[in-house]
Amino acid sequence: MKGYSIFSLVRNALSGHRLWKQVWRTPELKKSYDVVIIGAGGHGLATAYYLASKQGVRNIAVLEKGYIGGGNTGRNTQVTRSNYYWPQSAAFFDHSLKLYENLSHVLNFNVMLSQRGVLTLAHSHHELESLRRWANAIRINGIDSELLTPAQVKKLAPLINLDARFPVHGGFIQHRGGISRHDAVAWSYARAASALGVDIVQQCEVTDFDIANGTVTGVKTTKGNVAAGRVSIAVAGHTSVLAAKAGFRVPITSMGLQAMVSEPIKPCLDTMVLSPVIHMYVSQSDRGEIVLGGGVDIYTSYAQRGGIPVMEDNVAALLELFPAFSRLRLMRQWSGIVDITPDTTPIMGKTPVQNLYISGGWGTGGYKAIPAGGDTMAHTIATGEVHPLIAEFGLERFESGALIDEGAASGVSH
Amino acid sequence: MLQIPCPWCGTRDETEFHFGGESHVERPGIDVSDAEWADYLFNRENPKGLHYERWCHIYGCSQWFNVVRDTVTHEIHAVYKMGVAKPDITITDRD
Repeated sequence: MKGYSIFSLVRNALSGHRLWKQVWRTPELKKSYDVVIIGAGGHGLATAYYLASKQGVRNIAVLEKGYIGGGNTGRNTQVTRSNYYWPQSAAFFDHSLKLYENLSHVLNFNVMLSQRGVLTLAHSHHELESLRRWANAIRINGIDSELLTPAQVKKLAPLINLDARFPVHGGFIQHRGGISRHDAVAWSYARAASALGVDIVQQCEVTDFDIANGTVTGVKTTKGNVAAGRVSIAVAGHTSVLAAKAGFRVPITSMGLQAMVSEPIKPCLDTMVLSPVIHMYVSQSDRGEIVLGGGVDIYTSYAQRGGIPVMEDNVAALLELFPAFSRLRLMRQWSGIVDITPDTTPIMGKTPVQNLYISGGWGTGGYKAIPAGGDTMAHTIATGEVHPLIAEFGLERFESGALIDEGAASGVSH
Repeated sequence: MLQIPCPWCGTRDETEFHFGGESHVERPGIDVSDAEWADYLFNRENPKGLHYERWCHIYGCSQWFNVVRDTVTHEIHAVYKMGVAKPDITITDRD
């Protein structure tokens, strides 16, 4: 892999940018792999990268029915944070944030992590009390969080309207939270994995599994059959579809979650603001667009397009808090299919089928978990032992009743 | 915006309705295993295609009813009252 540096930038600028090398290989699908990962989104690519770089497994394929990072990895609002209530979640998501903090350096690819802070607002005295409890729990988990007065909120985000219909009573901020560039995260993992010999095969849809005596032995794809020692599912909204083909049920419903951006404007919002009550979150991208999102569409969907009523709600909520943005025009709107679990905690680890692994149920918050999801799944797949950080995220928790209810931590409720 | 035909009130906008998830989920007896109970509580059919689901006309007549909807096109193929058996429907006109 040719490293990127200031020197390569100068060299390629002087040669008119005609000599840049292809970023990853475009391999033919082989007949057999040690590990097949389904889905070349952030989680699938990160799993492949950590398998190859940390676990010493090199004969890996990542099969993608569309293109690299074209699903939810390219459809989210780029937020990274670890302000979770329960210790299991906090440990996992903070591991992820720590990996994010060093990702550009490790992968030699600028993922543009901007730790501008994630600010959660309270709109009543009682909500402020529960935010205080949440913020304190986060501190006890060893993660930074700070309570803010309305005046401090105003100082951070001067355009905010504190005296809206639901006035701002305060909030709390995780300073280490922020945004990064989602495409760069997918591309950086793809480039690094490909350089380590991982075959990333795009336009290759997995249509079925080969299962003998309760053990997966391979997959059927639109490009032919592939034998595999181990198979891992990382397909977000389509987890239920693939689980059904493998013969087991999962507690997941697939919903459309939309996001949208305005036309680009000069920098005016340098933190990420979210409001659980007014039901929206907003940040400004490096390109100057105002990026906003809110709740999911109300019905199950695989359509990857959002409905007008929820879009209208999202915009109305934004304008309630930031009236000045009423002058902006929306430029683009899109939707991703999110796989929501009953307790808003992901489903990771083993499945009822031997050698078949799962990383799903990411719901509305999978992007921030990409590095830790890849790292812990790679460990689990390579060793056959579930990584301690995800030991309580298994499918079996629904039978034992040990749910990890993070309904509040999804930022806005879904 | 979905246009949902309420069996009592006629066709109304989706914003008048509450989505109630999968229909025809049957509560098992009290003596079932933990696995069967968990399956009843948490696991849901989540098909890419026809979905048999419940809706409530919450800002209208407040009645629950069943809908058969395609989760890819969002087209509603059938509406029928609670307690009525699943209609047998196949998708023929989708590409």
